[in-house]
Amino acid sequence: MYDLISRYLVWIAFAVFVFGMAYQFINLVIQAKRDKVIFPYMTWKHSFRSLLHWIVPFASKNMRIRYETTIVTFFFHLCVVLVPIFLTAHVVMFSFAWGPSWSSLSASVTEWITILVLLALVFFLLRRLMLPEVRFVTYPSDYVLLAVAAAPFVTGFIARHQWFDYETMVLIHMIAGAIMLMAIPFTRLSHMLFFPFTRAYMGSEFGAVRNARDW
Amino acid sequence: MGLPKLPKVSDPGLDETAKMLTPQRIEEVINRVIQKETAARLKVYMNTCVHCGLCSDACHWFLSNDRDPRFSPVGKVKQTLWEILRKKGRVDPDFLKECSRIAHTECNVCRRCSMYCPFGIDIAYLLLLVRRICSLLGLVPQFLQDTVNSHAVTLNQMWVKQDEWIDTLQWQEEDARDEVKTARIPLDKEGAEVFYSIIGPEPKILAQLIANMAQIMTVGGVDWTMPSLDGWDNSNMAMYSGDFETMGRVERVHHEAALRLKCRRIVMGECGHAFRGAMYDGPKWLGWKEPPIPLIHAIDFYHELLTSGRIKIKQKFEEPVTVQDPCNVVRGRGLGGKLREIVRMTCANFTEPEPGLEHNYCCGAGGGTINCGPPWKPSRVKGNRVKAEQFEATGAHIIITPCHNCHSGIEDIVAGYNLGMHVKFFSEILVQVMDVPEDLQA
Repeated sequence: MYDLISRYLVWIAFAVFVFGMAYQFINLVIQAKRDKVIFPYMTWKHSFRSLLHWIVPFASKNMRIRYETTIVTFFFHLCVVLVPIFLTAHVVMFSFAWGPSWSSLSASVTEWITILVLLALVFFLLRRLMLPEVRFVTYPSDYVLLAVAAAPFVTGFIARHQWFDYETMVLIHMIAGAIMLMAIPFTRLSHMLFFPFTRAYMGSEFGAVRNARDW
Repeated sequence: MGLPKLPKVSDPGLDETAKMLTPQRIEEVINRVIQKETAARLKVYMNTCVHCGLCSDACHWFLSNDRDPRFSPVGKVKQTLWEILRKKGRVDPDFLKECSRIAHTECNVCRRCSMYCPFGIDIAYLLLLVRRICSLLGLVPQFLQDTVNSHAVTLNQMWVKQDEWIDTLQWQEEDARDEVKTARIPLDKEGAEVFYSIIGPEPKILAQLIANMAQIMTVGGVDWTMPSLDGWDNSNMAMYSGDFETMGRVERVHHEAALRLKCRRIVMGECGHAFRGAMYDGPKWLGWKEPPIPLIHAIDFYHELLTSGRIKIKQKFEEPVTVQDPCNVVRGRGLGGKLREIVRMTCANFTEPEPGLEHNYCCGAGGGTINCGPPWKPSRVKGNRVKAEQFEATGAHIIITPCHNCHSGIEDIVAGYNLGMHVKFFSEILVQVMDVPEDLQA
């Protein structure tokens, strides 16, 4: 079982992720051509200008108004990408299988980052439950997505501490990671792919067409 | 969530037309719009929105209704488009009436929320899509639909007849001559430097603004003209009801009137939505990337006249003033800086509103909302308390706004919250303070 999952599931997950993202991207381009009013108005300058103001913390007004969400969300998004790549166990597994290796985060750093990622997810959950404007637009699927994002971190954390049966936990962890990867292209987690494009379009609409700022 | 019930508003445009709808027709129209008229924007916006609610703080409706989640931008999309898509168009007439109420009367499509959404989702576009569906099903608040009918029949917004148009211009020319003796309103002058167009309500209810312009043009020595036939009205309520076919017709006639007279450029009167229609929405619908001839808003034009010295200021306006930045020319054209420059050039005592420029709150009247008429006025005024608070904080006596929707909307706010302020167009200030050379004085 372990062998099967560690050998094949990872490949399936990465394949679904990569091809899913490629499919969504190609579809985006085709649909954007059909929309007719997208490409003629887009400019590199205004796209990047807008992106810059929305990937630098506090560079837009709303990020300053909702500073607590800004801090948590920046930390969360950074770590959710970096931890899986720079976790020692992941790096070791990779170099064991293929050779190449890269520097990894120390165990205690990863440990703390994981805890903070989980706290960030709790923050998102509380936001959903407590802020009326967020709860009003929350569907059950929003909780599922939070769970999908939380699962690899929770299970990884448990496995590292060897709290239950270690091998089972690692299996669950691998499955959870695979589910998250495969979910990205086909759920609202696809904002990972779409964010730069929606932002770039709105930046161009505001900047190039309407001569105004969008941050 | 235990939210208080919203007051029931009767509007024959919704109540009566809803009775005529069948489930088949509803489903057919919705799916036709979704399949034929939408593409990347709808699809990607739907997949990208993570339901975070961060757009809420952008909306004056949400802020003014004590953070009622039904009035947040994403809340409005949830109550309309998400449901429509989730049910694949199988929704009932009562639900669609609510959609029209939300999209036509409780959203000004001002696009402030696009500046607050981390992804830059064009939420106003999504609500315009709801309006489009409602309009094709005939569900449009009656007063708004009446203006659209007028556009469709007369090519102006207010059922102004041909003889009334000419007659009003003659009358205003006479009035202008009481102040500036050589003032004229040249009609159909081929090759004029400026084709001046205005919105339908000017000849109907605010005719003195035409006389103001005749004085300004004469003192500024501008070679200008207005068309005697259709095309003089640059307003476009069809753009807001969702009747894009009529919107396209209206915009085409406006631009073609200027082309027929071989004018160098169009100068548009002090109106925001008209500018949006002529500059963006109209051309896009007609398949033009840009308007066929250069087009500028009145702010730009006044700025030119004042900075080039064609018009000089005799004595600055003394009373304390502030400005209302119209969404469609400030967030929609970046003219906030020039607006402040011309106000500072003409007024001695200007206070900046906070928030201002692109972040300004909508007047609450724009986006066709005020045209939904008296039945919807109480909710519109209630939905813009933040605007009243914003103006009160400036301590100004006069609110200058170069936009007709803003003008009427702010007057309602001023009255509704007893602010004791007055609203003026910039031309009203300018005719008061400009230096009329002695040989032109009446």
